[in-house]
Amino acid sequence: MSYAEATVGLHAGEPLRARSRLLRRLLRRPVAVAAIAVIVLIYGAGILAPVIAPYGFNEADFTNTYAAPSLSHPFGTDELGRDLLSRAIWSAQTTVIVSIAVVATGALAIGVTAGLVAGYLRGAADAVIMRLAEIFGSVPTILLLLIITATLRDRVEGWAESVGDFTHQSWIVSSGAPSYVLIFGSLSAFGWVGIARIVRSQVLALRETQYVIAARASGASGPRIIFWHLLPNVGNLLIVAITLSLGSAAAAEVGLTFLGIGVQSPHPSFGAMIAAGAPLTIVRQHTVLILVPAACVSALVLAFNLLGDQLTDVLSPRRR
Amino acid sequence: MPSGLASYVIRRLLIVPVILLIVSFVAFALGRYAPGDYVSIQAGPRANPETVARIRHDRGLDDPVYEQYARYVWNALHGDFGVSQHPRGVPVQDVLFPRLWVTVQINVLVLAFTWLIGIPLGTWAALKRGTWLDPFSIGLFLFFASVPVLVTVPLLEWALVHKLGWLPTGGWSTRHILGVKIGILSKHAILPVFVLTLSGVAGLARYMRSQVLEVLDQDFVRTARSKGLRGDVVVFRHVVRNALLPIITIFGFELAGLIGGSIFVETLLGIPGVGLLAFESVGTRDYDMIMAIVLLGTTIFVLTMLLVDIAYGFIDPRVRSGGSAG
Repeated sequence: MSYAEATVGLHAGEPLRARSRLLRRLLRRPVAVAAIAVIVLIYGAGILAPVIAPYGFNEADFTNTYAAPSLSHPFGTDELGRDLLSRAIWSAQTTVIVSIAVVATGALAIGVTAGLVAGYLRGAADAVIMRLAEIFGSVPTILLLLIITATLRDRVEGWAESVGDFTHQSWIVSSGAPSYVLIFGSLSAFGWVGIARIVRSQVLALRETQYVIAARASGASGPRIIFWHLLPNVGNLLIVAITLSLGSAAAAEVGLTFLGIGVQSPHPSFGAMIAAGAPLTIVRQHTVLILVPAACVSALVLAFNLLGDQLTDVLSPRRR
Repeated sequence: MPSGLASYVIRRLLIVPVILLIVSFVAFALGRYAPGDYVSIQAGPRANPETVARIRHDRGLDDPVYEQYARYVWNALHGDFGVSQHPRGVPVQDVLFPRLWVTVQINVLVLAFTWLIGIPLGTWAALKRGTWLDPFSIGLFLFFASVPVLVTVPLLEWALVHKLGWLPTGGWSTRHILGVKIGILSKHAILPVFVLTLSGVAGLARYMRSQVLEVLDQDFVRTARSKGLRGDVVVFRHVVRNALLPIITIFGFELAGLIGGSIFVETLLGIPGVGLLAFESVGTRDYDMIMAIVLLGTTIFVLTMLLVDIAYGFIDPRVRSGGSAG
């Protein structure tokens, strides 16, 4: 037992120390700092939306539509007289909710577990998980997302309504929660494949290392080895993968909502804002309507990709 | 063909129908699970419910899902993929293939440009590592790879169509050349091809750059240099050829993502391709059309990935010797 404890101490503690060193090295790079600043700004705005947004996301003022930027409306107003800045801030909230939920469930919970289990157990579990990954990986994702969201929307909303009636919580439906659940559910159903593959191949290499063999020899259980010994060592890969997935999940939500199958009106999303501002006649007269959401989405996706690049550089100095 | 590879390919080919069956069943069940079908949508809210019920019964829409699915598969195996709803009653393939042809034209052009520009650009950026151009080019690649098509299309449309008047507004026009409808020769094709090429080139150049850098670090490059080979010979014969190897996968993904990838450009610009068709069909619950598009997309994807694997087997001797199982 003492031997097992010793190996555990060695391998659980070391990655943590390495990680704080990693953060310090990252903060010495101006590009990384800029990317983090953009992410903090947009995520911060989204998280604090109820506090900092000057208007509600659906506060229409029909006497003041398409207003030019002014002191009370820094970016002007949209076709219903809603404050554009507030819409953008509330949209950031949607982005934060959906992308974190997608990455937490799809990439982390399902993807990492599947990768760890497949890589460590091998055999039948590996075969089943990898065949599933193959199937999920070989369908045209956007098409299936179209079908899923289009067909399941009414069902999910129906369930939400009956749950709301049953528990007398009418906010369940009015908050638009069903469509959020639907988007993150369908995105995470496809979001686990890539990360599961990455984790699996890493684990395949790790399971033959001496410390894993030592842990197994000293009687550590399967789950203990998987989550205590293997998980911390795929951490570096995960940090990069999560960063990139947060960016792509945000872009995916915007895309789905743009197609009209994501977040439903009047709930705010950059995708809905882009859809409203994209027709040539609107762009011609009220360019700001598309510039604001376009700038936010582009900046956020770019920041996540930049940060992913910087993290890769910091984690594997050889590559540059 | 090496024998290990042959059995690997056969094994993979045997999985293809299984994948198609599973995917099509899920898509089929999802479609049938939605409340309302094309009959009730076309009939409208004021239709006589008995008539609607009779039509649904006649078309077999009230049978259990698995019976409907079995019937679908049986018909599909006999080459009957059903009829479309818009235009009504026309065999699915007669609507689907002209739309696919539009998308294919655009994407073939995009792929060609992407590779002709992206590979040299990425190699060049890698060779310029450490100069002032380096952060500039990386930043530019990342920028254009990150900005969503949703953003670039409206802004470019505004600039090129409205401000400068260089291009016509959205849409698609074709002319007959040797009896084939060709659309990419008209000005309507410029904007979609340009937008997709821009993000494609940026992504590919970025990847190529890191691949070339990786190869440049290898021992055999140093050996080639030290035995006195000229710089450009080393780059073209040793570096680029080896860096291109993993890039084949990217090519596969691009080809495979053909249907889904152009959905945004097609919806934004009103181009009658298969992406727009998919979008419309989901809206009208055109079951047979949706199924056909899903099956087509999946088949293209699976076969392309298989081709990529086979290409690897022929090119890379390391893969050739040991049969790798997915």
